[in-house]
Parts: sequence; C-alpha cells; structure tokens
Amino acid sequence: MDALLTIASAAATASATGDGLALGITEGGSWLLRNVWLIPLLPALSFIGILFFGKKMPRGGSELGIAAVGIAFVLALLTGIAWVDHRDNFHGDEVHVAVVQLDDHGVAHGDDHGAGHEPGHPSLAVHRTATWFQTNGVEFTVGTLVDGLAVMMLLVVTLVSLLVHVYSTDYVHGDRRYTHFFAFLSLFSASMLLLVVSENTLQLLCAWELVGVCSFALIGHWWEEKPNSDAALKAFLTNRVGDMGLLVGVTVLFFAAGSALPDRFGSFSIAETNALANSGALSHTTLVVAASCLMAAVMSKSGQFFLHTWLPDAMAGPTPVSALIHAATMVVAGVFMIARMYGVFFEGFQIGGSSINLMAFIGGLTTIVGALLAFVQRDIKKVLAYSTISQLGYMVLALGVGAWTAAVFHLFTHAFFKACLFLGSGSVSHAVHSFDMKSDMGGLRKDMPHTYRTFMIGTVALAGLPPLAGFWSKDEILVGTGGWGLMGGTGGNGAYTLMLGMGMLTAALTAAYMTRCVYLTFFGEFRGHGEPHESGPRITGPLWILAGLAVVAGFFNMPKGFQLAPGSLQERFGHFVEPVAGYFPAISHATPSWSLAIVSTLVVIGGIAASGWYYFVKVEAASKAAGTSLTELPDGPTTKYPLARMGHTLLSNKYYLDHFYNGVVADGTKGPLARMANRINQDVIDRTVDVVGETAVKAGTVVYEKIDQLVVDGAVDASGRGASGAGEELRKINSGKVQSYAAILFAAATVLAGILIVLV
Amino acid sequence: MLLNQFLILSAVLFSIGVYGVLARRNGVLVLMSIELILNAVNINLVAFGAFRASVGGEVFALFVIAVAAAEVGVGLAMVLLLYRNRRSIDLTLIDQLRG
Repeated sequence: MDALLTIASAAATASATGDGLALGITEGGSWLLRNVWLIPLLPALSFIGILFFGKKMPRGGSELGIAAVGIAFVLALLTGIAWVDHRDNFHGDEVHVAVVQLDDHGVAHGDDHGAGHEPGHPSLAVHRTATWFQTNGVEFTVGTLVDGLAVMMLLVVTLVSLLVHVYSTDYVHGDRRYTHFFAFLSLFSASMLLLVVSENTLQLLCAWELVGVCSFALIGHWWEEKPNSDAALKAFLTNRVGDMGLLVGVTVLFFAAGSALPDRFGSFSIAETNALANSGALSHTTLVVAASCLMAAVMSKSGQFFLHTWLPDAMAGPTPVSALIHAATMVVAGVFMIARMYGVFFEGFQIGGSSINLMAFIGGLTTIVGALLAFVQRDIKKVLAYSTISQLGYMVLALGVGAWTAAVFHLFTHAFFKACLFLGSGSVSHAVHSFDMKSDMGGLRKDMPHTYRTFMIGTVALAGLPPLAGFWSKDEILVGTGGWGLMGGTGGNGAYTLMLGMGMLTAALTAAYMTRCVYLTFFGEFRGHGEPHESGPRITGPLWILAGLAVVAGFFNMPKGFQLAPGSLQERFGHFVEPVAGYFPAISHATPSWSLAIVSTLVVIGGIAASGWYYFVKVEAASKAAGTSLTELPDGPTTKYPLARMGHTLLSNKYYLDHFYNGVVADGTKGPLARMANRINQDVIDRTVDVVGETAVKAGTVVYEKIDQLVVDGAVDASGRGASGAGEELRKINSGKVQSYAAILFAAATVLAGILIVLV
Repeated sequence: MLLNQFLILSAVLFSIGVYGVLARRNGVLVLMSIELILNAVNINLVAFGAFRASVGGEVFALFVIAVAAAEVGVGLAMVLLLYRNRRSIDLTLIDQLRG
C-alpha cells in the first residue's frame, strides 16, 4: 500500500475513504467543461451542411465553415476560462479504480511529484463518458477528458483553423472545388478537435485516422496533376506504416490494463492506462512494447526521421492546408499523443534518471536531419516543411528528456509562428505564382510590406531570439534536457547532455536556414516575371494576428525565478496545462539558468551571422559585380571543396531515403516475393496439376474403352428407348390444361392418402 | 379443447378450395381458391399447435402466410400478363403445353 499512498498523496484530494488507485479525474466540473463535445460537433455539422447545401450558398459554403469554427473558437475560449477557474478551485470527488496489485515501483520517483510547481492544489481532469457500444459484456465508451492539455489544444486548433478559413476565402477564391475544400477543412477541424478531447485510445485512434483521411484529401485537392495525387498517396501510405504501430500499441495497452484491473476485461481509458503505468501495476516489458509501437505512430504522423519523407511532399496541397494541417495541428497529433499517454512513455522508456532513450534520440536526430535538409531547398514551402520536421523533432526530444511542459509549450508557440510563416509563403506565392525562391522571388520586401514584416516576425520567433515566442519555448527545452552542468542549470529528469548538444546545433542551423530563406525571398532583386503586389486584407489580416501571437505567446510561460517578471506571471502555462494528477507521471523540473539562455541566444546570433555574412555580404557583392540577382556564390564552398559538394549531393537527394524506400524496400520486397510466387507456381502447383492431368488421361482412356462404351452406353441406349416409348404413351394425358393436371394431382393425392390410411 | 370442429372447418374449406381450383375457369378465382386451400392448412396447423400446446403450429402458419403472399403476387402477375396478351383469363383456353 505504500506506493498507493504515495500516488494518492501526489493527487492530494484522494478522499480518505477512497480505496484503490486515484486517477486524477473527476466526473464533476462546470457545464462548459462537461459539455466540451459541442466544440467538435459544430465543425462536424458544418461539414455535413457544406456537403449538402454548400454549392447553393452565396459564398459556396465557406460562410458556414467560418461560422462553425468561429463559434467553436468562442466556446474553446470560454472553456479555457472555465478551466483556469476549475484548475485551482475545484473540490469535488476524485475517481478511483480497484487494482490487482501494486509493487513499490511508484515510490522511486513518486516523492518529487509536482516539484517546480507551487505546492498545493492538484489538477483534476473533467471526465465524461457515454457508452459507445457493448459486446460480450465489455463496454466501450466514448467521451471527453478535459484538462489543461486538451483545453490548450482546443484553443490552438480552433484559432488557427478560423484564421486559415478566413485566409482561404481569398487564397482558393474561384477554385474549381471551392466548396469541397471548405467541407474538408470543416471535417478536419472536427476530427482534430475530437482527437484532442478523446477520453480513450480507441476514440483517439478513430480521430487519428480521420485526420489522416482529411490530410490525404486536402493534399490531393488538385489531384488532376499526377505529382499531387502521388504526394497524397505517399502521405497516406507512409502514415499507414505508423498507424499499424498505433493499433498494436493500443491493443497491447487494452489487455495490459485488463489484467491489472480485477473486475474488467480490458480498458482503453487514457486516464486508467496512465495511472496504472505510473503506479507500477503494468509490467515494464509491456510498457516498452506498447511505447515502442506508439512511437512508430508518432514517427509517421509527426514526421520523425525516418518516416518523415511524406511531409515535404505533402506541400503539394494548397498552402492554407499546409499551414493548418502540416504545420500547426495535424502533424503535432503525434506529439500530443505522447503528451497524452505520457505515463506509458515515461515508464516505458524510463525517461526519469537515464541519459538517453529511443524517443529523445529520434527527436534529436530528426531535428538535425530536418534542419540540414532545409538548406538545399529551392521551394519556400519545402524549407518550411523541413523546418516543421525539425521543430517537431524538438518537441519529441523534449518529451524524451522529460520536459513535458516545454514540449507542449513549444507545440503552442510553434503553431502560431509556423502557421504565420506558411501563410506568409502562401501570400508570396499568390503574388508571384510560384514557390521557387531562386527563380521567381527576391526583393519582395518593397512590394509586399505586410507579408515581409509578418514573415520576419515569424522567422525571428522560429529562430528563437528573445523576446519572441520561439525563444522561451526553445530555451525551456534546452533547460529541460538537464544537460547544462554549469552554473546551476540542472535538475531535470536525467543528464541528457547529447540532447542538449543536438538542440544547440539545431538552434544555430534554424537561424541560418531561415536567414537564407528570408534573403532569397525578400532581399536582392526580383527575379520573377510580372509585377508582384501585396495580398488582400483577408490574407494579411490572419498574418498579422498570427505574427502578434508569435510575439506574445512566449510570455505565457516565463521561467520560474525569472527576475524580470513578477511571480504571478511565471510558469502560468505550465501551471494550468501540466497535470498534477494520478494519470500523469511524477516528472521533475529543471531549474532555468541565465547562462544557458545567454549561450543559446549567442548560438542563434552566430547562426544568423554566418548565414547573413554569406548571403547579405558575399552574395550581395557578387550580385552587384555580376549585375544580376544571384542566389548563391558562383564559386561557393560546394564548388571549391569536394566534401561540401558530397554533403550537398547527399542533402539534395534527401539522404537517399526515397531511393531506399522505393528501390530497396519496395523493390526488394516485391522482387523476391514475385520470384517465390513464381517458383511455387511452377514447381509445386504446376507439377501437381501436370501429374494429376496425365494420370487422369490414362485412367480416362481405360474407362472410356471398357466401361463407357460397353456398359454405360448400353444402359443409356436401353433407358433412352424405354423413356421414348413411355413418353409416347404419357403424351396423351398431357393436355396442356392446367386444371386437368390439378385434377390428376388431387386424385393421386387422394389415392396415396387412401393407401396411407389402409397401411397404418 | 374441441379439435374436431376446427378440423371439420378446415376440411370444408379445403374441399371448397379444391373444387374452385378444378372447376372454375377464371384465373383469379383459381388463385383465390388456392388461398382457401392454404388457409385450410393454416387452420389445421394452428389448431394442432394449440391442441398440443406448442408454438410450432403458429410459427408454421406464419411461414405459410408469408409464402402465400409471395405466391399470390406471382400468380396475379401471371394473370395480368395473360390478360394483356390474350384479352382473357379463361384457363381452359391456355393449353400451349399440350404434348
């Protein structure tokens, strides 16, 4: 019972009489928190409405979508306010479940629960379910689990979705499938909102697949062109690989929970699964298997190395789709899922107290791999796509080192500045009718002042210069690695020094490739055709809103002990979003340090300076000398140094991963499979058929000559003659009159009945 | 329980039906007579079911009713087509199947 008491005290409201495992959830709460299902319902209704009536509406159904998402945003805002009140002031009953057994596993790091938060009120997530279906006595539920994470995601998804809806009315104006586009935007919003409020993993899985389908449909929006439909297929199929992992992981956890809960067959409940994992009621082997399977799903959905290859291709879709789905919301579903199932991952990968694990390593690798690829892209959207991969890697890295709040906070800030950058790139391409930075852009800062300024804000936020949003969240991740031994910046879940190095390197690379992107797009001389002009207010409006958020979003979570901010403003995001509850593991929090913040800022400035020196000084000078607008030095490092050239070739070919998948994996599988099938066909099946056939022919000959001709034929001939004679006689009673047949029928029946009576 | 009355009723109905099938020349009336036969059988089934306190009789009767509905549907369609083709539903005139 020791472990039980520790957990119970961690979630301090565990009622004194309540026995069993405290889940950290409650069935009470205010009306808004209990009826959060209304938020996904609104866009779902608008999807159906647009589908059936969209074409008849004056604005092709877009007004319905905007209204639904707008109301959903207001509801999400009210829910957020309700949550802020609920988080600190709710004193209702907590839900407990009976558990088979607990070992003393939870004691090890249960005691430092809530370190880094002000002690006191735990958070109780508002839980509400309804029966979905019942089979064989097992009940499957559908419902909502509302905590800080869900509320934050609701806000981000509805806000970005609303802005993207408004933006799209201009961007896809006059498109041949305008109504269809808005219908799918609505369906996507509904699915994503359903995903973030999911109460159980089965529901999460369904929503996960739904957002995948919407992604597929929207990437292939202009499917008449082959590359677009190919990209859609690639995205869908790559995601299937990971979804398999999700399915297996969810199933494993279902049965594992069933074996730990005495009166239950299994459980999909997220709160129960996490609480069981935290309490040590699930075996470590089970958790490793489940966490690894779920990790595969994260790798495909959130574009982690080596299943990231679909994400850059997904840029074939319309730009608002890229901003909403492939930057701000859908691709973070994987990160969200880790954050949601953090108990499973935390115990499965033993994040507390180690210095490397699978998740942190994949995240770290992805962040560097993505950032390097962003250097060799000509297409502005692909730069941003690789940047997204890199930043998603950052989030996974942060979760891998136990910096939960940092990861979720980075998700929050990234959604705003990356959506801003994507919509900015859409605005640019709207003006120059191309995405190619090298051949069709340059010098746009004079023609497109609004786009230029918002893009610059987004860039600085992404690069992570203080005081913009990216700085705060990135710095928190670096702190959270716990790898900063100097000057007191330690105290994370382990000494992840390697991850700190990877994060630092990426910070420099990010600053450098964004400098390149900004130079190629907005500086130098215009290299395209025609007269570019600024986009309309429905495009610049959302840009400015997102840019504003990219500036201020960071202030929601200023580090604890930050001397320049009053105490009441420190760690607000972490306080309201990070659960202190039975379903959340006992993670420890690193102490922020000035030295790390200064060093990381210097690293970013170094990245900007190096890239800026190359582009703004050397390339600019070379352009002046040549009299045209150049995009790179004619005798740059790639022409001078063979090693740099090799690196460039490797990056241009995307590490040959696509070649590997198509050439080695796909061909390698289908070649041997085809050969094996051929061999089985020729040697086994054909041979058997041949032998059977030859035997049959021989037997047939004998049978024909001896039996058929003599015996059977004779009998047949005789019966034929007999039948012919009988037919000749019977013809006479075949009058063709139905009633005479009936008379015979009844007469015969009477006779037979008479015989029956006589006999019996 | 008086089983005999039911059996007698059913036998009478059956006989009327058989008479109708054999003697009437109008196709529709023949179909109606067939219905009488089927319902005679139904009465038998239900009567025996009630007599033996088993639900099987009723179940069979329900099946028979369902099949009878299908049968009369097909039968009336045939009569209708006959009428369209020959302007008559006199069954004695239809003897194309004569051997």
